[in-house]
Amino acid sequence: MKKIVSLATAALLFAAPVMAQDKAPAEILNVSYDIGRELFAQVNPVFAAEWKARTGQGIEIKQSHAGTSRQARSIMEGLQADVVTFNQFTDVQVLADKNFVAKDWQKKFPNNASPYYSLPAFLVRKGNPKNVKDWSDLVRADVKSVFPNPKTSGNARYTYLAAYAFALEQNKGDQAKAKDFVKKMLANVPVFDTGGRGSTTTFVEREIGDVLITFEAETNGIRREYGDKGFDLVTPSLSVLAEFPVAVVDRVATKRGSQQVAQAYLTFLYSEAGQDILAKNFNRVHHPKVQDRYKAQFPSLKLVTVEDVFGGWEKATKDHFAEGGILDQVFVNR
Amino acid sequence: MTAVAIHAGPARRVKARRVLPGFGLAMGGTLLYLAIIVLLPLAALLLKSAEIGPEGFLRLLASPRVLASLQLTVSAAALATLFNAGYGLLMAWILVRYEFPGKRILDALIDLPFALPTAVAGIALTALYAQNGWYGQILEGEAGIKVAYTIIGVAIAMAFTSVPFVVRTVQPVLEDIQPDVEEAAATLGAYRGAIFRKVVFPAIFPAYLTGCALAFARSLGEFGAVIFIAGNLPFKTEIAALLIFIRLEEYDYPAAAALAVVLLAGAFCILLVTNAIQAWHMRYRMKG
Amino acid sequence: MAADAAFHSAPAAASPSRLPLILILLGVTLTALFIVAPVVVIFTQALSKGWATYVAGILQPDTLHAVLLTVVVAIAVVPVNLVFGVGAAWLIAKFEFPGKKLLLTVIEIPFSISPIVAGVTYILLYGGQGLFGDFLVEHDIQIMFALPAIFLVTLFVTSPFVARELIPLMQAQGSEQEEAATTLGAAGWQIFWRVTLPNIRWALLYGTILCAARAIGEFGAVSVVSGNVRGETNTLPLQIELLYHDYNAVGAFAAASTLTLLALLTLAVKAWLERRIAH
Repeated sequence: MKKIVSLATAALLFAAPVMAQDKAPAEILNVSYDIGRELFAQVNPVFAAEWKARTGQGIEIKQSHAGTSRQARSIMEGLQADVVTFNQFTDVQVLADKNFVAKDWQKKFPNNASPYYSLPAFLVRKGNPKNVKDWSDLVRADVKSVFPNPKTSGNARYTYLAAYAFALEQNKGDQAKAKDFVKKMLANVPVFDTGGRGSTTTFVEREIGDVLITFEAETNGIRREYGDKGFDLVTPSLSVLAEFPVAVVDRVATKRGSQQVAQAYLTFLYSEAGQDILAKNFNRVHHPKVQDRYKAQFPSLKLVTVEDVFGGWEKATKDHFAEGGILDQVFVNR
Repeated sequence: MTAVAIHAGPARRVKARRVLPGFGLAMGGTLLYLAIIVLLPLAALLLKSAEIGPEGFLRLLASPRVLASLQLTVSAAALATLFNAGYGLLMAWILVRYEFPGKRILDALIDLPFALPTAVAGIALTALYAQNGWYGQILEGEAGIKVAYTIIGVAIAMAFTSVPFVVRTVQPVLEDIQPDVEEAAATLGAYRGAIFRKVVFPAIFPAYLTGCALAFARSLGEFGAVIFIAGNLPFKTEIAALLIFIRLEEYDYPAAAALAVVLLAGAFCILLVTNAIQAWHMRYRMKG
Repeated sequence: MAADAAFHSAPAAASPSRLPLILILLGVTLTALFIVAPVVVIFTQALSKGWATYVAGILQPDTLHAVLLTVVVAIAVVPVNLVFGVGAAWLIAKFEFPGKKLLLTVIEIPFSISPIVAGVTYILLYGGQGLFGDFLVEHDIQIMFALPAIFLVTLFVTSPFVARELIPLMQAQGSEQEEAATTLGAAGWQIFWRVTLPNIRWALLYGTILCAARAIGEFGAVSVVSGNVRGETNTLPLQIELLYHDYNAVGAFAAASTLTLLALLTLAVKAWLERRIAH
């Protein structure tokens, strides 16, 4: 019996390389956030072409997308990721704490290792029938908003923090009033999906809710994807800067000998070509030339950071997202 | 199944002389396989949840969200089982007692929920019952009943995946009932309803109960079919299985393990109950 | 309500009532609405943008890879559980020993466990923080989020299927034939091939088909341990979820339609086998 099990396992392991047709000589795995699918599907072939031109070596970049907390867990459990491209600091930091990425990962690449940034923005139905303009409209009894579960989604954590920051600003820093504000806002959410893409499906396909709150990049992507259904973008007066940190997963990359190409892949995101693809997909970038090129599609607004308002991610997690934190309190009392 | 004791001795349960070969091999192989594939992982689960101690275990389970998810799971599973209790009995009855065209197809269709992967069932049911789906339009538009993203949706998904249990447990027993008993009662002038109540129902009752218990157990653990239609609202439509998944995503292994143990214990209790029902039923049959 | 009246007003031996007709119509209607409609929806959704889109959806490289992976897993899992099922049924049906009831319960466990719980147990065993986690990392053996994990959880989930079909049948058949063969001096394997197997072959096939269907369709347990790398560790049910969240409902339903056809085929074969078993 044991023999059969081990034989079958061996057969599976042998079958694996055979199964992938015309496998490139090398491949790396980019483990990423839930709604980065379309973006990296565009980035990967351009990088692969550039890498081949430079080194003569073919490369294939595999993608894996889900909520980033889940992704980080999978990597700690043994998912062989060469690089991570996440949407929040915490989940990369978890990997650093467990020695999967360098302790000083934020210094390895420019701009705190974030090649691009975005912010929570609104998507409303054609013609904005509910006349939603800002965060304050989301606590109205007649407005239903849709965003994922802040417990599992980095995307939703930004949304929650942006609403909180807005309420603090409105109420001159009164924490109790801010708490009350997010409580009202959460009570107006009919469905919580586990990841950003689930919420998009709920809002677009199932036609639930009046406002979808997700990254600006996603709101634009949806409008492009569903041109026939018709949606309008709304940029609130204030939002939280959402960094998209990247890192090489050293522990895996050293073992697989993919250090060099992993490094090159992430560096490519900072190049003009890379930044152009990012901006084309409605992510905000730092490259001056590219910034100029796409100026028109990025309305200006007041952007605050997690550092400024909440004293950094570690503190924000402890205060708001941990078991029994403010998020749990405002959820529970519904 | 009667073991003949060749030489007198107290060991009645152990066959004194095994006639057939292969006992050692079958025993060794079966135990080894079960140990590696089933028992070892379960031991890992119990060890992990033992790490937090009984106090921590209870504290984790007493969190409002966990309680809410357990309550929702049990309520929805109960609703689903209630539906299957009615529908299953009806289907078993007409499939055994009546002849009609298309009966064989109808009989085969009962097993469809087992054959259909749960994820497929999940997206299909969601497409059907969502606001813009075929049923959703009627239910929500005309009658104002929301199904998708409510407990009703969860119950529907659970009911769908556990349809075969009641039908398939009741069917064979119903086939075994001698029609002459009923005919005798009928010639004595008994009414149909009375015959069913006094003759048929007591005979099928243990099997019926077993089928309902199995359907309930399956509903408690169902995941694939439910997550698409549930909407996953904490405190409203979050099932226990999904909460385990979420706890894993939050790196909260002890909480995930504790919840998993609760679901495991529930499944185990139901398994014991069904075994007890079957034992009782055997005795009942002996007496009968 | 007319049915109710018929139910109470006439002795059963009296003239035939309309009750059977009403019950049959009710049963057929409910089945059509509750069980058949979801299947119809799958095909209408898959074909909602025409044949070309449907075929393109099925022929996507990642979907094809998922089909391949799913088939490979099923081919690896089914024979192992077939051997286990026959061995366990032989043990339970042909011998008396203490602890038999307990063994039966253990065999049944995976059948009543939530697939999510199954996935969690394997993570707690082979995952990075699991019992064997350190050992596996040291020796550079990857089980989690790779093929071995998918293989193992599928094995776990489908382990009782063959045994469940064989045990009641073999218990009912008793051991007289085999014992007779033994007294005639036949060896163990000969007895099994010549005497036992012909008696159980249809039930064996039936159990195998159920096992294969479940192995192909398992979603919950696999989704916990797969790591969902596109075109690498996604089985077909996971690929369906992925496409569904990728703005690609047609692709998802197209992939789902292949599994649905397989399910319908399973039902047809099952119905045919049941008749064979009955004869």
